[in-house]
Amino acid sequence: MAWTREQMALRATRELEDGFYVNLGVGIPTMVANMIPEGMKVTLQSENGMLGMGAFPYDDEVDADLINAGKQTITELPQTSYFSSADSFGMIRGGHINLSILGGMEVAQNGDLANWMVPGKMIKGMGGAMDLVAGVRRVVVVMDHCDKNGGAKFRKECSLPLTGKGVVDLLITDLAVFEIDRHGGSGATLVELADGVSLDDIKSRTEAEFRLGPGIG
Amino acid sequence: MSSKIYPDAASALEGLTFDGMSVMAGGFGLCGVPENLIVALRDSGARELTVIGNNVGCDEHGMWLVLANGQIRKVLASYVGENKILAQQFMSGEIEIEFNPQGTLAERIRAGGAGIPAFYTRTGYGTMIAEGKETREFNGEHYVMETGLTADLSIVKAWKGDSEGNLVYRKTARNFNPMIATAGKVTVAEVEILVEPGELDPDAIHTPGIFVDRILQGRNYVKHIERRTTRPRAEASQAATGVER
Repeated sequence: MAWTREQMALRATRELEDGFYVNLGVGIPTMVANMIPEGMKVTLQSENGMLGMGAFPYDDEVDADLINAGKQTITELPQTSYFSSADSFGMIRGGHINLSILGGMEVAQNGDLANWMVPGKMIKGMGGAMDLVAGVRRVVVVMDHCDKNGGAKFRKECSLPLTGKGVVDLLITDLAVFEIDRHGGSGATLVELADGVSLDDIKSRTEAEFRLGPGIG
Repeated sequence: MSSKIYPDAASALEGLTFDGMSVMAGGFGLCGVPENLIVALRDSGARELTVIGNNVGCDEHGMWLVLANGQIRKVLASYVGENKILAQQFMSGEIEIEFNPQGTLAERIRAGGAGIPAFYTRTGYGTMIAEGKETREFNGEHYVMETGLTADLSIVKAWKGDSEGNLVYRKTARNFNPMIATAGKVTVAEVEILVEPGELDPDAIHTPGIFVDRILQGRNYVKHIERRTTRPRAEASQAATGVER
């Protein structure tokens, strides 16, 4: 039994810590915003120039000058601050953001990430993804374990153009969780299996090499 | 006595546009874009433009108007989705796109405006963005050299401005506007509210007037919203949930 999108987001939520400044990507990572544990202070950064991102507005509160990086209308909080894109990426590149949770197309066992383009398809651009993975202290990728055709997305090497080289610390899929020692270079470790998923399921659906963490296998 | 104030966008661009020029425009998506000046740029008829900005408008809005008029030859941007004409012009080879990581683009413009010809960043190391660029190691980390950017003309949008060219932006409509205001050989600003000197708090000015050569009060702002997301009244959640329509 694979994890649902909600369960994947919930697993990502466990990477939050009290006092963290966090940047969330679009898709499943955005769901983490709804799951911040009670009593934990987490400040969400939006790379278009905002710290302290609030909820979506009520219908009569919508403000065209107040959007997030996904271009969705949002609201501010009492602690909100606004700044330029240069200051925003200064925060990101300067290592001031504790955690980034984002989606992926492929992850390699050394922490390489591909999530911005597929050769032959119209390229939309990387937006802020390359800066986020290069600058944020801890990078968590949430993606399906396999592509639509059943092909492995956690690989020895990425086949798609990279977003960043050696940038992923933790990979959460619908089947498992892997820690990646991107600084030490000792590769990937399987640390958790989704409910009802066996080690054999993972082995048959993963191209990357990985070690087994405590209590696995 | 000289004055920076112009009655409208068309007169504010008079004598500034020419074929083959580079233009930087503020905005993130359609938030904080100089709507009046973009229309005036289109109406100027200047062609073979190099346009620098985070995006190139989206269907039927923003810089899309200049694009759809066939005036752009090259684009420097970080994200160009939701723009069918750009995709068509790119696929047919009419237009060249140089993709820049968003933070690198912001810093290249900031550097250009601050007289810094180049800088090193970790962003993009080991990716195709770094191909052909100088790389260097500092304290065991790898960095890519990126160059500063300037343009023949910068057009920006602020919330309030005064006759000195001092600008104040509003919420996330600030985005790329402050750096772009510094990086044009000539910078033209449009504001929603033009005020007299003294009405803006000098401690709260985002762009000092030295960076702004011409200023006008814009009209008929559309402020099109790309993704209108709301939540129902009954819900008390603090989180970014709701519906999109």
